[in-house]
Amino acid sequence: MRRFALQVFCVAISLFMAAPIYLITLAAFSSRESLNEFPLPLVPTDPSTETLSGFLSSTGVIAGGVNSLMVGLNTVVLALLIGLPAGYAVARYAFRGRQPYQLFLLLTRALPIVVLSVPLARIFLTTGLYDTTYAVTLLHTALALPTTVLITAAVFVAVSPEQEEAAQIFGASPVQAFVRIVMPQALPGIAAAAVFTFVMSWNEVLGAAILTLNQRTLPAQVLSTLSFSPLAYRFAGGFALVVPALLFIAIMRKYLLNMWGTTLK
Amino acid sequence: MSRIVLRNLVKSYPGGDRRATDEISLEVADGEFVVLVGPSGCGKTTLLRMVAGLETPDSGSVHIGDTDVTSLSARDRRVSMVFQSYAIFPHMKVRQNIGFGLMMRKVPRPEIDRRVADAAAMLDLSDYLDRFPSQLSGGQRQRVAVARAIVVDAGVLLMDEPLSNLDALLRLQFRAELKRIVHQIGTTTLYVTHDQAEAMSLGDRVAVMRDGRVAQIGGPLEVYDSPADRFVGSFLGAPPMNFFPALVSDGPALSVGALSIPAPSSLARFAGRTVLVGVRAEKLAVSTDAADGFLPATVEVVEPTGASVLLTVRLGDHELKVQAPPTFDTRPEASVWLRADPSTMRFYDPETSLALTV
Ligand SMILES: Nc1ncnc2c1ncn2[C@@H]1O[C@H](COP(=O)(O)OP(=O)(O)OP(=O)(O)O)[C@@H](O)[C@H]1O
Ligand SMILES: [Mg+2]
Repeated sequence: MRRFALQVFCVAISLFMAAPIYLITLAAFSSRESLNEFPLPLVPTDPSTETLSGFLSSTGVIAGGVNSLMVGLNTVVLALLIGLPAGYAVARYAFRGRQPYQLFLLLTRALPIVVLSVPLARIFLTTGLYDTTYAVTLLHTALALPTTVLITAAVFVAVSPEQEEAAQIFGASPVQAFVRIVMPQALPGIAAAAVFTFVMSWNEVLGAAILTLNQRTLPAQVLSTLSFSPLAYRFAGGFALVVPALLFIAIMRKYLLNMWGTTLK
Repeated sequence: MSRIVLRNLVKSYPGGDRRATDEISLEVADGEFVVLVGPSGCGKTTLLRMVAGLETPDSGSVHIGDTDVTSLSARDRRVSMVFQSYAIFPHMKVRQNIGFGLMMRKVPRPEIDRRVADAAAMLDLSDYLDRFPSQLSGGQRQRVAVARAIVVDAGVLLMDEPLSNLDALLRLQFRAELKRIVHQIGTTTLYVTHDQAEAMSLGDRVAVMRDGRVAQIGGPLEVYDSPADRFVGSFLGAPPMNFFPALVSDGPALSVGALSIPAPSSLARFAGRTVLVGVRAEKLAVSTDAADGFLPATVEVVEPTGASVLLTVRLGDHELKVQAPPTFDTRPEASVWLRADPSTMRFYDPETSLALTV
C-alpha cells in the first residue's frame, strides 16, 4: 500500500517536471502553421524541423550556443579548481571563523545579480574583459562558488580523516592520499556540484546580458531578440535552452549515483 | 633494529583541559609485544598516533630503531597500523584494501597477489576478497584492517583495539591467532586494548595506563600479582583485586575489625599504622567451617561460572570477591571463613594508594 502511494507520488512528480519539457519539445517540432491551431494537439500530428532549423539559422544563435557551452564548461572547471580546495579546508581544518565563513558564503547569493553586474561591467570595461566569454565565466564562477564549496565540503566531511591517515601510513603522500582515497569517494558530490554549476551558468541571463554585447551566451541572445520574434522562435529557443542542460545532467548521472556498495552492481 | 623509544611524550589537544598523555616514557625492545591497557580516555590512542606520526607531541621524542622520528611524517616512519575505527577504504574491494600498502611501496604485482592471499587466509577472509567493505560484517571489516596492517613488512606494528568488534568466541580464537602471526613475523608491536584479559594473554609486557600516564609496566604476571598501586590492581583481573584496610599490630599481625590474622614479618616496620591489604579473589582460601586464623564473612551473592564459583562476601564493612572451587556449596546469607596466605597479600598506603615495599 505504502509502496503504491510512493509510486504514484513519483509518477506525479515526474509528470509535473516532464510536462513542460514535453510541451516545449512538441511545439519546437511543429510547423509554424500548426502552432496557431486551436486547440493544440497533444500528440505530434505534423512533425517538422522547420521551426527548429529556422531558429538555429537566425543570427547569433549558433555562436551564442557555442559561447554558452564554453562559459558553462569553463565555469565548471574554474569553480571546481577554486571551490574544491576551499571545501576541503572547510571540511578538514578547524580554523578561526569557520562558521561565519560558511554563513557568509551563502549570503553572497543574497546579492542580486544586477547589483553585482553593473560595477563588474565597469571593472571589465577598464580591464578589457568586457564583452568576452571570460567576463561571463568569471561572474558565473563567483555565483557558483558558494554552492561548490558547501556541497564539496559536505562530501569531504563524509570521508573520515582516518582513511587519509591510513593511506599515508601505508606509504601515500598527502596528495596521493587525496587522489586515491578522498577523490573517488567524493566524485558523486563533485558531480552534483558540477551539474549545479553548469545548469546555473547555462540558464543565467541577467549578468550575461549586461556583461556582453556581441559575445552573447544563448539565453542572453534569446532574451535580447525575444520581444520582436515570432512564437515559433520562442518555443525553439526554449527547447534549445533545456536540452543541453538535460544532456549534461544525463552524462553526470552515473557519477551522481553511489558507485560502490549496494546501489549499483 | 626496530625498537621504539618514547621519551617524556606530552600531548594536549586544543580545548582539552588536561594532558592526553603526560610525560610518557616507554621502551619497546626489538620484536617485543607490548600491550597498552587502560580505561577509556586514558590516552592510549593518542600515544599510538604519536608513534605513528599522525600526531605531533607538544614535547618529548619518538625514536624508532636508532632514528629520531619525532619530526618525520607518517609515511616515512615505516610503521603499520590498525585503526580503532578500522579506516578501511569503502570504494576498494577487500583485495585492494589489503594490498594497498604493498601497492604504494611498488611491490611487484604477483608478489602482492600472493601476500594478499596469504594474509587473507590467516584472517579467514579468503572468501571475501572480491567484496566491498559495505558488504562485510563489522568483525570482517576489522579483520580486513588487521590483514592490511600485517601484510606489509613494517618495522613497527601498531594496533588500536583490533579485536574489539568480534564476538567473544571469535575474539578468543583470533587472539591466539594474532599472537601466533605476530610472533611469526616478529615485528615490534604496540597493541592497545581496554580488555585486561586480552592484555594479559598477548603481551610480553603490559603497560597499564591511567590519565595519560603509565601506572605500571611489566610482565603480565608481575603486574597481575604485584600491582604497583590500587588502580592497577582493580583494573587488571576479573574480578578485580580485593582491597580492605587493616591495622598493623605487633607480631606482626593484621587487625581487621576485632579479628587478627597473621602478616608477613617484613610488615613489622609499619606497626601501628593502617595499611590497605590487596588480595586476589583466587588467593583467598574459603571454608564453611571456622578455623584458626580464618576471618568470618557473610555470603551475599553466589555466581557459578563453571570452572569456579564466584562469591561476593561481606567482611565487616567491606565487600570481597572470592573465587571458590566449583563444588563449593553455599548460599546467600550463609557464613563462610576466609584466609589469605601472608605471601599472597600486597600492601598499599591508604592515602597514596601506592604499593608499600615490604
Ligand atoms: N582530537 C581530539 N581533540 C580533543 N581531545 C581529544 C582528541 N582526541 C582525544 N582527545 C582527548 O584526549 C584524551 C585521550 O584520548 P584517547 O583517544 O587517546 O583515549 P583512549 O585511551 O584511546 O580511549 P578509548 O579506549 O576510549 O579509545 C581523552 O580525554 C580525549 O577526550
Ligand atoms: Mg582509543
